[in-house]
Amino acid sequence: MSPDLLMLIGKATLDTLRMVAIAGFIGALIGLPIGIFLATSGRGELFPAPNVNRAVGLIVNATRSTPFIILVVAIIPFTRLVTGTSIGTKAAIVPLTIATIPFFARLVEAAIRDVDRGLIEAARAMGATPMQIVFKVLLAEARPALTLALTMTIVSLIGYSAMVGAVGGGGLGDLGIRYGYQRFMPDVMLIVVIVLIVLVQLVQSAGDRLARRFDKRSRKT
Amino acid sequence: MTVSTSPIETGDAAVVFDGVSKRFAASGQSAAFTALNDVSLTVGRGSITGVIGRSGAGKSTLIRLVNGLEKPTAGKVLVDGVDVGALDEAALRELRRSVGMIFQHFNLLSSRTVFGNVALPLEIAGMDRRAIDERVRPLLDLVGLADKHGRYPAELSGGQKQRIGIARALATEPKLLLSDEATSALDPETTQSVLELLKRINAELGLTVLLITHEMEVVKAVTSDVAVIDKGEIVERGHTFDVFTHPKHETTRALLSGLPGSKLPEAVARDIRPAAAAGDRVVVRLTFFGAAAERPLISRLIQSIGAEVNIIAGTIDEIGSKPYGSLVVAYGADPETSGKADRFFAENGLTVEVLGYVA
Ligand SMILES: Nc1ncnc2c1ncn2[C@@H]1O[C@H](COP(=O)(O)OP(=O)(O)OP(=O)(O)O)[C@@H](O)[C@H]1O
Ligand SMILES: [Mg+2]
Repeated sequence: MSPDLLMLIGKATLDTLRMVAIAGFIGALIGLPIGIFLATSGRGELFPAPNVNRAVGLIVNATRSTPFIILVVAIIPFTRLVTGTSIGTKAAIVPLTIATIPFFARLVEAAIRDVDRGLIEAARAMGATPMQIVFKVLLAEARPALTLALTMTIVSLIGYSAMVGAVGGGGLGDLGIRYGYQRFMPDVMLIVVIVLIVLVQLVQSAGDRLARRFDKRSRKT
Repeated sequence: MTVSTSPIETGDAAVVFDGVSKRFAASGQSAAFTALNDVSLTVGRGSITGVIGRSGAGKSTLIRLVNGLEKPTAGKVLVDGVDVGALDEAALRELRRSVGMIFQHFNLLSSRTVFGNVALPLEIAGMDRRAIDERVRPLLDLVGLADKHGRYPAELSGGQKQRIGIARALATEPKLLLSDEATSALDPETTQSVLELLKRINAELGLTVLLITHEMEVVKAVTSDVAVIDKGEIVERGHTFDVFTHPKHETTRALLSGLPGSKLPEAVARDIRPAAAAGDRVVVRLTFFGAAAERPLISRLIQSIGAEVNIIAGTIDEIGSKPYGSLVVAYGADPETSGKADRFFAENGLTVEVLGYVA
Protein backbone atom coordinates (compact mmCIF):
# COMPACT_ATOMS: atom_id res chain seq x y z
CA MET A 1 0.00 0.00 0.00
CA SER A 2 1.31 3.40 -0.91
CA PRO A 3 2.38 5.91 1.73
CA ASP A 4 -0.19 8.30 0.26
CA LEU A 5 -2.96 5.90 1.01
CA LEU A 6 -1.69 5.37 4.56
CA MET A 7 -1.69 9.15 5.00
CA LEU A 8 -5.27 9.25 3.79
CA ILE A 9 -6.32 6.53 6.22
CA GLY A 10 -4.56 8.30 9.07
CA LYS A 11 -6.24 11.58 8.27
CA ALA A 12 -9.65 9.93 7.91
CA THR A 13 -9.22 8.25 11.29
CA LEU A 14 -8.36 11.56 12.89
CA ASP A 15 -11.35 13.19 11.19
CA THR A 16 -13.63 10.48 12.55
CA LEU A 17 -12.19 10.84 16.03
CA ARG A 18 -12.64 14.58 15.88
CA MET A 19 -16.27 14.31 14.76
CA VAL A 20 -17.05 11.71 17.40
CA ALA A 21 -15.26 13.60 20.14
CA ILE A 22 -16.88 16.97 19.44
CA ALA A 23 -20.37 15.65 18.71
CA GLY A 24 -20.11 13.27 21.68
CA PHE A 25 -18.94 16.00 24.03
CA ILE A 26 -21.51 18.61 23.05
CA GLY A 27 -24.29 16.05 22.65
CA ALA A 28 -23.64 14.54 26.07
CA LEU A 29 -23.36 17.97 27.65
CA ILE A 30 -26.80 18.91 26.37
CA GLY A 31 -28.30 15.42 26.61
CA LEU A 32 -27.37 14.97 30.27
CA PRO A 33 -29.56 17.73 31.72
CA ILE A 34 -32.38 16.79 29.35
CA GLY A 35 -32.15 13.19 30.54
CA ILE A 36 -32.10 14.28 34.17
CA PHE A 37 -35.11 16.48 33.51
CA LEU A 38 -37.01 13.65 31.84
CA ALA A 39 -36.32 11.38 34.81
CA THR A 40 -37.29 13.86 37.52
CA SER A 41 -40.13 16.00 36.17
CA GLY A 42 -43.04 13.59 36.24
CA ARG A 43 -46.01 14.09 38.54
CA GLY A 44 -44.97 13.99 42.19
CA GLU A 45 -41.27 13.82 41.36
CA LEU A 46 -38.41 16.17 42.27
CA PHE A 47 -39.18 18.91 39.76
CA PRO A 48 -42.80 18.23 38.89
CA ALA A 49 -43.65 19.64 35.44
CA PRO A 50 -45.62 16.86 33.78
CA ASN A 51 -46.64 18.93 30.75
CA VAL A 52 -43.16 20.13 29.89
CA ASN A 53 -41.97 16.59 30.54
CA ARG A 54 -44.42 15.26 27.97
CA ALA A 55 -43.48 17.94 25.43
CA VAL A 56 -39.75 17.29 25.79
CA GLY A 57 -40.38 13.57 25.59
CA LEU A 58 -42.25 14.08 22.34
CA ILE A 59 -39.44 16.08 20.74
CA VAL A 60 -36.91 13.53 21.89
CA ASN A 61 -38.93 10.70 20.39
CA ALA A 62 -39.44 12.57 17.14
CA THR A 63 -35.71 13.17 16.74
CA ARG A 64 -34.89 9.60 17.63
CA SER A 65 -37.35 8.10 15.18
CA THR A 66 -36.10 10.17 12.25
CA PRO A 67 -33.66 8.04 10.24
CA PHE A 68 -30.23 9.58 10.64
CA ILE A 69 -29.59 10.05 6.96
CA ILE A 70 -32.86 11.98 6.63
CA LEU A 71 -31.97 14.06 9.63
CA VAL A 72 -28.67 14.98 7.98
CA VAL A 73 -30.44 16.24 4.88
CA ALA A 74 -33.35 17.84 6.70
CA ILE A 75 -31.20 20.08 8.83
CA ILE A 76 -28.85 21.26 6.08
CA PRO A 77 -30.10 24.88 6.35
CA PHE A 78 -29.41 24.82 10.08
CA THR A 79 -26.02 23.20 9.51
CA ARG A 80 -25.13 25.94 7.05
CA LEU A 81 -26.23 28.57 9.51
CA VAL A 82 -23.98 27.16 12.20
CA THR A 83 -20.89 26.18 10.22
CA GLY A 84 -21.25 28.14 6.98
CA THR A 85 -21.05 24.97 4.91
CA SER A 86 -23.02 21.79 4.34
CA ILE A 87 -20.21 19.42 3.45
CA GLY A 88 -17.07 18.26 5.19
CA THR A 89 -16.15 17.18 8.67
CA LYS A 90 -17.17 20.42 10.33
CA ALA A 91 -20.63 20.29 8.78
CA ALA A 92 -21.07 16.64 9.75
CA ILE A 93 -20.61 17.48 13.42
CA VAL A 94 -23.94 19.33 13.50
CA PRO A 95 -26.29 16.44 12.62
CA LEU A 96 -24.14 14.08 14.68
CA THR A 97 -24.60 16.30 17.72
CA ILE A 98 -28.33 16.68 17.09
CA ALA A 99 -28.72 12.91 16.89
CA THR A 100 -26.62 12.35 20.00
CA ILE A 101 -28.66 14.59 22.28
CA PRO A 102 -31.93 12.60 22.37
CA PHE A 103 -30.13 9.27 22.20
CA PHE A 104 -28.01 10.06 25.24
CA ALA A 105 -30.88 11.80 27.04
CA ARG A 106 -33.03 8.65 26.97
CA LEU A 107 -30.15 6.54 28.25
CA VAL A 108 -29.54 9.04 31.04
CA GLU A 109 -33.22 9.01 31.90
CA ALA A 110 -33.20 5.22 32.21
CA ALA A 111 -30.02 5.26 34.29
CA ILE A 112 -31.47 7.79 36.72
CA ARG A 113 -34.84 6.11 36.98
CA ASP A 114 -32.97 3.00 37.98
CA VAL A 115 -31.69 4.59 41.17
CA ASP A 116 -33.49 3.15 44.20
CA ARG A 117 -36.45 5.36 45.19
CA GLY A 118 -35.56 4.69 48.82
CA LEU A 119 -32.39 6.76 48.43
CA ILE A 120 -34.37 9.78 47.27
CA GLU A 121 -36.65 9.29 50.24
CA ALA A 122 -33.67 9.08 52.60
CA ALA A 123 -32.12 12.23 51.15
CA ARG A 124 -35.41 14.10 51.44
CA ALA A 125 -35.64 12.98 55.06
CA MET A 126 -32.17 14.50 55.61
CA GLY A 127 -33.43 17.83 54.38
CA ALA A 128 -31.75 17.74 50.96
CA THR A 129 -32.86 20.21 48.28
CA PRO A 130 -33.93 18.74 44.92
CA MET A 131 -30.63 19.93 43.43
CA GLN A 132 -28.64 18.25 46.19
CA ILE A 133 -30.58 15.07 45.51
CA VAL A 134 -29.65 15.25 41.83
CA PHE A 135 -25.97 15.83 42.43
CA LYS A 136 -25.29 13.93 45.63
CA VAL A 137 -27.64 11.00 45.13
CA LEU A 138 -28.92 10.47 41.59
CA LEU A 139 -25.78 11.27 39.58
CA ALA A 140 -23.50 9.62 42.12
CA GLU A 141 -25.53 6.42 42.26
CA ALA A 142 -26.10 6.30 38.50
CA ARG A 143 -22.42 6.80 37.66
CA PRO A 144 -21.75 3.23 36.47
CA ALA A 145 -24.91 3.25 34.34
CA LEU A 146 -24.09 6.72 33.00
CA THR A 147 -20.62 5.55 32.03
CA LEU A 148 -22.13 2.68 30.06
CA ALA A 149 -24.65 5.08 28.51
CA LEU A 150 -21.84 7.32 27.32
CA THR A 151 -19.95 4.32 25.97
CA MET A 152 -22.99 3.17 24.04
CA THR A 153 -23.50 6.68 22.71
CA ILE A 154 -19.91 6.95 21.46
CA VAL A 155 -20.12 3.54 19.81
CA SER A 156 -23.25 4.53 17.91
CA LEU A 157 -21.65 7.85 17.07
CA ILE A 158 -18.77 6.02 15.42
CA GLY A 159 -21.33 4.22 13.29
CA TYR A 160 -23.21 7.41 12.46
CA SER A 161 -19.99 9.23 11.66
CA ALA A 162 -19.25 6.60 9.03
CA MET A 163 -22.70 7.24 7.60
CA VAL A 164 -22.16 10.97 7.16
CA GLY A 165 -19.35 9.95 4.85
CA ALA A 166 -22.04 9.10 2.33
CA VAL A 167 -23.01 12.76 2.16
CA GLY A 168 -19.51 14.13 1.99
CA GLY A 169 -18.88 14.33 5.69
CA GLY A 170 -15.25 13.21 5.66
CA GLY A 171 -13.70 10.64 7.94
CA LEU A 172 -13.42 6.87 7.60
CA GLY A 173 -16.88 6.36 6.10
CA ASP A 174 -16.14 8.90 3.41
CA LEU A 175 -12.83 7.23 2.61
CA GLY A 176 -14.44 3.81 2.43
CA ILE A 177 -17.03 5.02 -0.03
CA ARG A 178 -14.80 7.11 -2.25
CA TYR A 179 -11.88 4.72 -2.50
CA GLY A 180 -13.20 1.37 -1.45
CA TYR A 181 -16.48 1.56 -3.32
CA GLN A 182 -16.30 4.12 -6.12
CA ARG A 183 -12.67 3.42 -7.10
CA PHE A 184 -13.08 -0.25 -6.29
CA MET A 185 -10.17 -0.66 -3.89
CA PRO A 186 -11.31 -3.51 -1.61
CA ASP A 187 -8.13 -3.35 0.47
CA VAL A 188 -8.98 0.25 1.49
CA MET A 189 -12.50 -0.83 2.35
CA LEU A 190 -11.11 -3.63 4.49
CA ILE A 191 -8.74 -1.33 6.35
CA VAL A 192 -11.54 1.17 6.98
CA VAL A 193 -13.72 -1.58 8.42
CA ILE A 194 -10.91 -2.91 10.59
CA VAL A 195 -10.08 0.54 11.94
CA LEU A 196 -13.74 1.08 12.79
CA ILE A 197 -13.95 -2.28 14.56
CA VAL A 198 -10.82 -1.54 16.57
CA LEU A 199 -12.15 1.89 17.55
CA VAL A 200 -15.44 0.43 18.73
CA GLN A 201 -13.67 -2.32 20.66
CA LEU A 202 -11.37 0.14 22.38
CA VAL A 203 -14.20 2.45 23.39
CA GLN A 204 -16.38 -0.41 24.58
CA SER A 205 -13.76 -2.10 26.70
CA ALA A 206 -12.55 1.18 28.20
CA GLY A 207 -16.16 2.08 29.05
CA ASP A 208 -16.84 -1.32 30.56
CA ARG A 209 -13.73 -1.16 32.66
CA LEU A 210 -14.53 2.31 33.92
CA ALA A 211 -18.13 1.40 34.72
CA ARG A 212 -16.98 -1.61 36.69
CA ARG A 213 -14.55 0.53 38.64
CA PHE A 214 -17.37 2.93 39.55
CA ASP A 215 -19.76 0.17 40.51
CA LYS A 216 -19.60 -0.53 44.26
CA ARG A 217 -22.83 -2.48 44.40
CA SER A 218 -21.30 -5.92 44.59
CA ARG A 219 -18.53 -7.34 46.70
CA LYS A 220 -15.17 -7.35 45.00
CA THR A 221 -13.07 -10.47 45.45
CA MET B 1 -43.33 32.56 54.91
CA THR B 2 -46.41 34.28 56.28
CA VAL B 3 -47.96 31.59 58.43
CA SER B 4 -47.18 32.01 62.09
CA THR B 5 -44.78 29.31 63.20
CA SER B 6 -44.40 30.24 66.84
CA PRO B 7 -44.31 26.89 68.61
CA ILE B 8 -47.33 25.67 70.50
CA GLU B 9 -46.56 24.61 74.06
CA THR B 10 -46.67 20.81 74.09
CA GLY B 11 -45.05 20.24 77.47
CA ASP B 12 -43.15 16.98 77.68
CA ALA B 13 -44.39 15.75 74.33
CA ALA B 14 -41.86 15.56 71.52
CA VAL B 15 -44.50 14.77 68.91
CA VAL B 16 -48.24 15.27 69.03
CA PHE B 17 -50.71 13.90 66.49
CA ASP B 18 -53.90 15.85 66.90
CA GLY B 19 -56.89 14.42 65.07
CA VAL B 20 -54.76 13.58 62.05
CA SER B 21 -56.26 12.11 58.90
CA LYS B 22 -54.53 11.29 55.66
CA ARG B 23 -56.49 10.66 52.55
CA PHE B 24 -54.72 9.76 49.32
CA ALA B 25 -56.57 11.20 46.35
CA ALA B 26 -57.69 8.92 43.57
CA SER B 27 -55.20 8.66 40.73
CA GLY B 28 -55.43 6.68 37.51
CA GLN B 29 -56.79 3.24 38.29
CA SER B 30 -56.72 3.51 42.08
CA ALA B 31 -59.60 4.95 44.07
CA ALA B 32 -59.13 7.47 46.88
CA PHE B 33 -57.97 5.86 50.08
CA THR B 34 -58.08 6.95 53.70
CA ALA B 35 -54.82 5.71 55.18
CA LEU B 36 -55.22 7.43 58.54
CA ASN B 37 -58.45 8.38 60.23
CA ASP B 38 -58.55 10.87 63.11
CA VAL B 39 -55.38 9.72 64.80
CA SER B 40 -54.42 11.33 68.10
CA LEU B 41 -51.23 10.26 69.78
CA THR B 42 -48.52 11.75 71.96
CA VAL B 43 -44.88 10.76 71.88
CA GLY B 44 -43.27 11.61 75.22
CA ARG B 45 -39.95 13.43 75.16
CA GLY B 46 -37.14 10.95 75.79
CA SER B 47 -39.42 7.95 75.37
CA ILE B 48 -39.18 5.07 72.98
CA THR B 49 -42.70 4.91 71.64
CA GLY B 50 -43.81 2.09 69.41
CA VAL B 51 -46.60 1.99 66.85
CA ILE B 52 -47.54 -1.51 65.85
CA GLY B 53 -49.96 -2.72 63.24
CA ARG B 54 -50.40 -5.10 60.38
CA SER B 55 -49.18 -4.46 56.87
CA GLY B 56 -51.15 -1.64 55.28
CA ALA B 57 -52.45 -0.33 58.60
CA GLY B 58 -50.96 3.09 57.89
CA LYS B 59 -47.77 2.93 59.96
CA SER B 60 -45.41 4.31 57.34
CA THR B 61 -47.89 7.02 56.44
CA LEU B 62 -48.07 7.98 60.11
CA ILE B 63 -44.33 8.25 60.60
CA ARG B 64 -43.81 10.11 57.30
CA LEU B 65 -46.12 12.85 58.57
CA VAL B 66 -43.65 13.63 61.34
CA ASN B 67 -40.92 14.87 59.01
CA GLY B 68 -43.31 16.16 56.40
CA LEU B 69 -42.68 13.52 53.75
CA GLU B 70 -46.48 13.42 53.70
CA LYS B 71 -48.90 16.19 54.63
CA PRO B 72 -52.01 15.48 56.69
CA THR B 73 -55.33 16.14 54.99
CA ALA B 74 -56.89 16.97 58.37
CA GLY B 75 -55.57 17.62 61.85
CA LYS B 76 -52.12 18.65 62.98
CA VAL B 77 -48.78 17.05 63.60
CA LEU B 78 -46.68 19.00 66.07
CA VAL B 79 -42.96 18.37 66.42
CA ASP B 80 -41.60 20.28 69.39
CA GLY B 81 -44.73 22.34 69.13
CA VAL B 82 -44.21 23.25 65.47
CA ASP B 83 -47.04 22.46 63.08
CA VAL B 84 -45.26 20.42 60.42
CA GLY B 85 -48.09 20.66 57.92
CA ALA B 86 -47.89 24.46 57.89
CA LEU B 87 -44.18 24.69 57.05
CA ASP B 88 -42.97 25.71 53.59
CA GLU B 89 -40.31 23.67 51.81
CA ALA B 90 -37.34 25.59 53.22
CA ALA B 91 -38.62 25.42 56.79
CA LEU B 92 -39.42 21.77 56.29
CA ARG B 93 -35.85 21.04 55.18
CA GLU B 94 -34.63 22.81 58.30
CA LEU B 95 -36.90 20.63 60.44
CA ARG B 96 -35.81 17.45 58.69
CA ARG B 97 -32.20 18.21 59.55
CA SER B 98 -33.19 17.93 63.20
CA VAL B 99 -35.11 14.68 62.84
CA GLY B 100 -33.23 11.47 62.05
CA MET B 101 -34.81 8.59 60.17
CA ILE B 102 -33.88 4.97 59.62
CA PHE B 103 -35.43 2.58 57.13
CA GLN B 104 -36.27 -1.06 56.66
CA HIS B 105 -33.98 -1.40 53.64
CA PHE B 106 -31.33 0.92 55.12
CA ASN B 107 -31.28 3.17 52.04
CA LEU B 108 -27.52 3.62 52.06
CA LEU B 109 -25.81 5.02 48.96
CA SER B 110 -23.98 2.16 47.29
CA SER B 111 -21.54 4.60 45.72
CA ARG B 112 -20.37 6.00 49.04
CA THR B 113 -18.21 4.42 51.69
CA VAL B 114 -19.42 3.95 55.23
CA PHE B 115 -17.79 7.26 56.11
CA GLY B 116 -19.32 8.96 53.07
CA ASN B 117 -22.78 7.73 53.95
CA VAL B 118 -22.63 9.03 57.50
CA ALA B 119 -21.18 12.30 56.18
CA LEU B 120 -24.00 12.82 53.66
CA PRO B 121 -26.53 14.59 55.92
CA LEU B 122 -23.74 16.87 57.12
CA GLU B 123 -22.71 17.73 53.55
CA ILE B 124 -26.35 18.45 52.83
CA ALA B 125 -26.44 20.76 55.83
CA GLY B 126 -23.39 22.54 54.40
CA MET B 127 -20.86 21.58 57.04
CA ASP B 128 -17.18 21.86 56.09
CA ARG B 129 -14.89 18.86 55.61
CA ARG B 130 -12.98 19.19 58.85
CA ALA B 131 -16.08 19.50 60.99
CA ILE B 132 -17.66 16.55 59.18
CA ASP B 133 -14.62 14.44 59.88
CA GLU B 134 -14.75 15.31 63.56
CA ARG B 135 -18.44 14.49 63.74
CA VAL B 136 -18.43 11.21 61.81
CA ARG B 137 -15.62 9.39 63.60
CA PRO B 138 -17.18 9.28 67.06
CA LEU B 139 -20.47 8.20 65.48
CA LEU B 140 -18.77 5.23 63.85
CA ASP B 141 -17.30 4.41 67.25
CA LEU B 142 -20.73 4.68 68.83
CA VAL B 143 -22.23 2.10 66.46
CA GLY B 144 -19.13 -0.09 66.70
CA LEU B 145 -18.02 0.18 63.08
CA ALA B 146 -15.00 2.50 63.21
CA ASP B 147 -12.87 -0.15 61.48
CA LYS B 148 -15.22 -0.24 58.49
CA HIS B 149 -15.12 3.45 57.61
CA GLY B 150 -13.62 2.91 54.15
CA ARG B 151 -15.88 0.00 53.20
CA TYR B 152 -18.82 0.14 50.83
CA PRO B 153 -22.32 -0.92 51.94
CA ALA B 154 -22.20 -3.99 49.69
CA GLU B 155 -19.36 -5.26 51.85
CA LEU B 156 -21.39 -5.13 55.07
CA SER B 157 -23.96 -7.43 56.69
CA GLY B 158 -27.55 -6.32 57.18
CA GLY B 159 -27.01 -5.53 60.83
CA GLN B 160 -23.91 -3.50 60.03
CA LYS B 161 -25.79 -1.60 57.34
CA GLN B 162 -28.49 -0.66 59.80
CA ARG B 163 -25.86 0.50 62.27
CA ILE B 164 -24.55 2.79 59.54
CA GLY B 165 -28.12 3.90 58.92
CA ILE B 166 -28.38 4.75 62.61
CA ALA B 167 -25.05 6.60 62.64
CA ARG B 168 -26.19 8.57 59.60
CA ALA B 169 -29.50 9.42 61.25
CA LEU B 170 -27.64 10.69 64.31
CA ALA B 171 -25.12 12.75 62.35
CA THR B 172 -27.00 16.02 62.58
CA GLU B 173 -27.52 15.47 66.32
CA PRO B 174 -31.30 15.24 66.13
CA LYS B 175 -33.53 15.12 69.19
CA LEU B 176 -35.97 12.78 67.51
CA LEU B 177 -35.33 9.53 65.68
CA LEU B 178 -37.92 7.95 63.41
CA SER B 179 -37.60 4.26 62.71
CA ASP B 180 -39.67 2.70 59.96
CA GLU B 181 -39.44 -1.07 60.36
CA ALA B 182 -35.71 -0.73 60.96
CA THR B 183 -35.27 -4.35 62.01
CA SER B 184 -37.76 -6.05 59.72
CA ALA B 185 -35.11 -7.16 57.24
CA LEU B 186 -32.84 -8.56 59.95
CA ASP B 187 -32.62 -11.96 61.61
CA PRO B 188 -33.75 -12.23 65.27
CA GLU B 189 -30.27 -12.05 66.75
CA THR B 190 -29.23 -9.03 64.69
CA THR B 191 -32.58 -7.45 65.48
CA GLN B 192 -31.83 -7.71 69.18
CA SER B 193 -28.41 -6.12 68.80
CA VAL B 194 -29.79 -3.23 66.74
CA LEU B 195 -32.56 -2.75 69.30
CA GLU B 196 -29.97 -2.73 72.08
CA LEU B 197 -28.18 0.03 70.20
CA LEU B 198 -31.39 2.06 69.93
CA LYS B 199 -31.98 1.61 73.63
CA ARG B 200 -28.47 2.75 74.43
CA ILE B 201 -28.78 5.81 72.22
CA ASN B 202 -32.09 6.65 73.83
CA ALA B 203 -30.55 6.40 77.29
CA GLU B 204 -27.19 8.04 76.55
CA LEU B 205 -28.26 10.82 74.22
CA GLY B 206 -31.73 11.36 75.63
CA LEU B 207 -33.08 10.92 72.12
CA THR B 208 -36.80 10.43 71.61
CA VAL B 209 -37.49 7.42 69.39
CA LEU B 210 -40.68 6.84 67.45
CA LEU B 211 -40.56 3.35 66.12
CA ILE B 212 -43.01 1.54 63.92
CA THR B 213 -43.07 -2.17 63.42
CA HIS B 214 -45.31 -5.14 62.82
CA GLU B 215 -43.42 -7.27 65.33
CA MET B 216 -44.50 -7.47 68.97
CA GLU B 217 -41.01 -8.72 69.82
CA VAL B 218 -39.62 -5.32 68.89
CA VAL B 219 -42.23 -3.42 70.86
CA LYS B 220 -41.64 -5.64 73.85
CA ALA B 221 -37.88 -5.32 73.73
CA VAL B 222 -37.46 -1.56 73.63
CA THR B 223 -40.56 0.55 73.95
CA SER B 224 -41.98 2.16 77.06
CA ASP B 225 -45.22 3.16 75.34
CA VAL B 226 -47.10 1.65 72.47
CA ALA B 227 -50.02 2.39 70.19
CA VAL B 228 -51.78 -0.26 68.15
CA ILE B 229 -52.96 0.87 64.75
CA ASP B 230 -55.49 -0.94 62.64
CA LYS B 231 -56.97 0.19 59.33
CA GLY B 232 -55.77 3.72 59.88
CA GLU B 233 -57.06 4.08 63.41
CA ILE B 234 -55.38 3.86 66.79
CA VAL B 235 -57.30 1.08 68.54
CA GLU B 236 -55.32 0.81 71.73
CA ARG B 237 -52.50 2.65 73.43
CA GLY B 238 -50.77 2.90 76.75
CA HIS B 239 -47.68 1.81 78.62
CA THR B 240 -46.22 -1.17 76.85
CA PHE B 241 -46.42 -3.31 79.97
CA ASP B 242 -50.11 -2.64 80.44
CA VAL B 243 -50.98 -3.25 76.82
CA PHE B 244 -49.06 -6.51 76.84
CA THR B 245 -50.46 -7.81 80.05
CA HIS B 246 -54.02 -6.61 79.58
CA PRO B 247 -54.64 -6.32 75.85
CA LYS B 248 -58.12 -4.99 75.15
CA HIS B 249 -58.51 -4.85 71.41
CA GLU B 250 -58.80 -7.93 69.27
CA THR B 251 -56.00 -6.68 66.95
CA THR B 252 -53.65 -6.36 69.92
CA ARG B 253 -54.46 -9.91 71.00
CA ALA B 254 -53.89 -11.17 67.49
CA LEU B 255 -50.52 -9.43 67.31
CA LEU B 256 -49.59 -10.78 70.75
CA SER B 257 -50.43 -14.33 69.75
CA GLY B 258 -47.42 -14.29 67.46
CA LEU B 259 -45.04 -14.05 70.41
CA PRO B 260 -43.11 -17.17 71.33
CA GLY B 261 -44.54 -18.77 74.48
CA SER B 262 -48.03 -17.53 73.74
CA LYS B 263 -48.89 -20.59 71.67
CA LEU B 264 -49.48 -24.08 73.02
CA PRO B 265 -47.12 -26.75 71.78
CA GLU B 266 -48.48 -28.60 68.75
CA ALA B 267 -49.19 -31.88 70.59
CA VAL B 268 -51.16 -30.21 73.39
CA ALA B 269 -53.05 -27.91 71.05
CA ARG B 270 -54.26 -30.96 69.12
CA ASP B 271 -55.51 -32.97 72.14
CA ILE B 272 -56.96 -30.21 74.25
CA ARG B 273 -60.76 -30.21 74.70
CA PRO B 274 -63.14 -27.72 76.22
CA ALA B 275 -64.85 -29.97 78.77
CA ALA B 276 -63.36 -32.35 81.36
CA ALA B 277 -63.77 -36.12 81.27
CA ALA B 278 -63.08 -38.30 84.32
CA GLY B 279 -59.39 -38.43 85.16
CA ASP B 280 -58.50 -35.45 82.97
CA ARG B 281 -56.02 -32.76 83.83
CA VAL B 282 -56.80 -29.10 83.54
CA VAL B 283 -54.54 -26.85 81.46
CA VAL B 284 -54.17 -23.30 82.72
CA ARG B 285 -52.15 -20.27 81.77
CA LEU B 286 -50.66 -18.39 84.69
CA THR B 287 -49.57 -14.83 84.20
CA PHE B 288 -47.45 -13.12 86.80
CA PHE B 289 -45.79 -9.74 86.99
CA GLY B 290 -43.19 -7.91 88.96
CA ALA B 291 -41.92 -9.60 92.09
CA ALA B 292 -44.04 -12.72 91.51
CA ALA B 293 -42.01 -13.41 88.40
CA GLU B 294 -38.92 -13.85 90.49
CA ARG B 295 -40.30 -16.33 93.04
CA PRO B 296 -39.98 -20.13 92.78
CA LEU B 297 -43.65 -20.59 91.97
CA ILE B 298 -43.70 -24.07 90.56
CA SER B 299 -42.06 -25.85 93.44
CA ARG B 300 -44.38 -24.07 95.86
CA LEU B 301 -47.39 -24.92 93.73
CA ILE B 302 -46.46 -28.58 93.81
CA GLN B 303 -46.00 -28.42 97.57
CA SER B 304 -49.32 -26.79 98.23
CA ILE B 305 -51.47 -29.02 96.01
CA GLY B 306 -49.53 -32.18 96.87
CA ALA B 307 -49.88 -33.54 93.34
CA GLU B 308 -47.84 -33.51 90.20
CA VAL B 309 -47.80 -30.51 87.91
CA ASN B 310 -46.76 -30.65 84.27
CA ILE B 311 -45.12 -27.62 82.74
CA ILE B 312 -46.31 -27.33 79.16
CA ALA B 313 -44.92 -23.99 78.05
CA GLY B 314 -43.51 -20.92 79.61
CA THR B 315 -41.57 -17.73 79.21
CA ILE B 316 -40.05 -15.36 81.65
CA ASP B 317 -39.38 -12.05 80.04
CA GLU B 318 -39.13 -8.33 80.41
CA ILE B 319 -41.64 -5.93 78.98
CA GLY B 320 -40.79 -2.28 79.13
CA SER B 321 -38.05 -3.29 81.60
CA LYS B 322 -40.51 -4.98 83.97
CA PRO B 323 -40.31 -8.72 84.61
CA TYR B 324 -43.23 -10.69 83.30
CA GLY B 325 -43.92 -14.41 83.19
CA SER B 326 -46.35 -16.64 81.42
CA LEU B 327 -46.61 -20.29 82.26
CA VAL B 328 -48.89 -23.01 80.95
CA VAL B 329 -49.25 -25.91 83.39
CA ALA B 330 -51.50 -28.96 83.79
CA TYR B 331 -52.62 -30.68 86.98
CA GLY B 332 -55.45 -32.94 88.14
CA ALA B 333 -58.91 -31.63 87.25
CA ASP B 334 -60.47 -33.33 90.28
CA PRO B 335 -62.17 -30.90 92.70
CA GLU B 336 -59.68 -31.42 95.49
CA THR B 337 -56.55 -30.67 93.48
CA SER B 338 -58.11 -27.78 91.56
CA GLY B 339 -59.47 -26.31 94.77
CA LYS B 340 -56.02 -26.25 96.34
CA ALA B 341 -54.54 -24.80 93.20
CA ASP B 342 -57.10 -22.03 93.00
CA ARG B 343 -56.37 -21.06 96.59
CA PHE B 344 -52.66 -21.00 95.88
CA PHE B 345 -53.17 -18.74 92.83
CA ALA B 346 -55.38 -16.37 94.78
CA GLU B 347 -52.90 -16.12 97.65
CA ASN B 348 -50.09 -15.30 95.26
CA GLY B 349 -51.97 -12.84 93.09
CA LEU B 350 -51.60 -14.77 89.86
CA THR B 351 -53.87 -14.31 86.87
CA VAL B 352 -55.26 -17.65 85.77
CA GLU B 353 -56.91 -18.57 82.51
CA VAL B 354 -58.28 -22.08 81.94
CA LEU B 355 -57.37 -23.18 78.42
CA GLY B 356 -59.03 -26.63 78.43
CA TYR B 357 -58.51 -30.24 79.44
CA VAL B 358 -56.28 -33.09 78.38
CA ALA B 359 -56.29 -36.75 79.19
N1 LIG C 1 -48.87 7.54 48.00
C1 LIG C 1 -49.94 6.75 48.20
N2 LIG C 1 -51.01 6.80 47.38
C2 LIG C 1 -52.09 6.02 47.59
N3 LIG C 1 -52.21 5.14 48.61
C3 LIG C 1 -51.17 5.03 49.46
C4 LIG C 1 -49.99 5.83 49.31
N4 LIG C 1 -49.13 5.50 50.31
C5 LIG C 1 -49.76 4.56 51.04
N5 LIG C 1 -50.98 4.28 50.55
C6 LIG C 1 -51.94 3.31 51.09
O1 LIG C 1 -52.14 3.60 52.45
C7 LIG C 1 -52.23 2.39 53.21
C8 LIG C 1 -51.24 2.45 54.34
O2 LIG C 1 -49.93 2.40 53.80
P1 LIG C 1 -48.66 2.38 54.73
O3 LIG C 1 -47.47 2.32 53.85
O4 LIG C 1 -48.74 3.49 55.71
O5 LIG C 1 -48.85 0.99 55.48
P2 LIG C 1 -47.90 0.29 56.55
O6 LIG C 1 -48.70 0.13 57.78
O7 LIG C 1 -46.62 1.01 56.65
O8 LIG C 1 -47.69 -1.13 55.89
P3 LIG C 1 -46.38 -2.05 55.81
O9 LIG C 1 -46.27 -2.73 57.13
O10 LIG C 1 -46.71 -3.00 54.72
O11 LIG C 1 -45.22 -1.15 55.51
C9 LIG C 1 -52.00 1.26 52.24
O12 LIG C 1 -53.24 0.69 51.92
C10 LIG C 1 -51.39 1.91 51.03
O13 LIG C 1 -51.78 1.25 49.86
MG1 LIG D 1 -44.62 0.58 56.00
